[in-house]
Amino acid sequence: MKGTLKQILLLTDGCSNKGENPAQTAELAYEQGITVNVIGILDDEHTEDAEGLQEVEDIARAGGGVSQLVYKQTLVQTVQTVTKQAMTQTLQGFVNKELQQILGEKQTLEDLDPEKRGEIMEVVEDMGETCDLEVLVLVDTSASMYDKLLTVKEALIDLSISLNSRIGRNRFCIFSFPGKRKDIDRVFDWSPKLDSVSTVFPKLSSGGITPTGPAIREAMYQFGKKSLLRSFRDEDESNVEETGY
Amino acid sequence: MKMNQTWKRQDIDIRPGMRIKGKWHDKHYIVKRKLGEGAVGTVYLCESNGRPVALKISDQGASMTVEVNVLQSLKKVQGNLLGPSLLDVDDWVSASGAKYAFYVMEYLQGESITSFIKRHGDEWIGVLMLQLLDGLEQLHHSGWIFGDLKIDNLLVITNPPSIRWVDVGGTTRKGRAIKEYTEFYDRGYWGMGTRRAEPSYDLFSFVMVFLHVYYPRRFDKGTDPEKTLVQKINAVRVLTPYREPLKRAIRGKYQSSVEMKQDITDILRKQQRQIRTRTSRKAKKASHAPFLIESGGIVMMATLYYLFSLLL
Repeated sequence: MKGTLKQILLLTDGCSNKGENPAQTAELAYEQGITVNVIGILDDEHTEDAEGLQEVEDIARAGGGVSQLVYKQTLVQTVQTVTKQAMTQTLQGFVNKELQQILGEKQTLEDLDPEKRGEIMEVVEDMGETCDLEVLVLVDTSASMYDKLLTVKEALIDLSISLNSRIGRNRFCIFSFPGKRKDIDRVFDWSPKLDSVSTVFPKLSSGGITPTGPAIREAMYQFGKKSLLRSFRDEDESNVEETGY
Repeated sequence: MKMNQTWKRQDIDIRPGMRIKGKWHDKHYIVKRKLGEGAVGTVYLCESNGRPVALKISDQGASMTVEVNVLQSLKKVQGNLLGPSLLDVDDWVSASGAKYAFYVMEYLQGESITSFIKRHGDEWIGVLMLQLLDGLEQLHHSGWIFGDLKIDNLLVITNPPSIRWVDVGGTTRKGRAIKEYTEFYDRGYWGMGTRRAEPSYDLFSFVMVFLHVYYPRRFDKGTDPEKTLVQKINAVRVLTPYREPLKRAIRGKYQSSVEMKQDITDILRKQQRQIRTRTSRKAKKASHAPFLIESGGIVMMATLYYLFSLLL
């Protein structure tokens, strides 16, 4: 069996203030098989309001993903760590579900002795290395993100280096929110690499509106889009040509 | 990978004198003191049946299991690898009911490369390089890439001085994506290549290890990372003889550690020959330069010692 993991990676520095509750939308995405990870970027001088921080954790928990709060300086390494952690977590979740069917309820990986656990983790690792991955990056471009976007770009290029060192295939795309007329705007269409991101993020929106909930909902729909399917199919076709079928 | 995780991960409350008892294998360990902390867990010096051991404990069960798998695979590899041997793997349930995974390794007593060089002199650089390349060669030969090669993960044990590695958290099967790395040592960060596990990945970090010895505060990428690295190599006097192989390694020109080892061995031999002629010339006017003879002698002894150890 060869599966595809789907992830939304939300990068934000604050609290949502418009539209539906983002944690609820994240839960909806999770039900559709899409994991939602959140990285909260902290300001150096400001002490954040507790509400904003709590939301970061809430969204990731509801979305079956991983959350992390970081300062700009450590963002680059965090983005790839969080993405990989979430992959392992999702795969482990699958394995645990299978285990429960075999061994009965409430049996998880931790209830097995270290030797058996080792064998199972080997399988999880194999899956993480070989599975295909689709990551939709959702970047908050409200005014306060201004001095962070350059680091965000650097972090995304780095993420692409990490994931493209795997055996499995990857697809990335980048959306920003709030959009000009819609909830989100496309910055970069589905593509196997991000190192070609020369794209500058769109002009920052003024006004302090952060519609995180609607943005996640809109992001969810991007996984069924034709451009994504096409980009995978193109690769398959070129593979076939190479092997001479 | 220092991150603000305090709100998320509970600190393990382990104090000296505490007893950690394994859930599955029933062995127990008395905690002596903390040795260090990594991305995954904390390492403690413990006592087991009167013998010192190193115990790594963490609440990240899955990552610990992955590390144990590596240690166990390395155990099966023939030959004497540079890593610590694995003694026990188990779980511990604390008094408050929290579950932790731990594993126990032999305790290696030693010092960092930096302090070793400081105490014993720069002439040891070549020997340490060869030893490390030797270890990497064996590891690569058995299908593994070290990954997170850095000063913190290396230890020089004395009598006789030899280099060992202490953390296999980044050790990855060849051809896969490097599991764990540290930015300063990572060629991806420097824009000098991918994070695919291959010998040249380790050889890049190898160069960074020796640069870090002479730049204890590290340095920034700058606008042209490759140029920065070359400048930094050129600026260290002690590394002058090794410049060319170091630059080749930075650029990913070596396909294997054997090739790099060959180049470094050649340099050391040449150096030795120079010292010998210089020493014999100086010996005639010995009263002028007893110091030079002495330091030359040390390098010769060190190199001879190393070449001898290869035969064993």
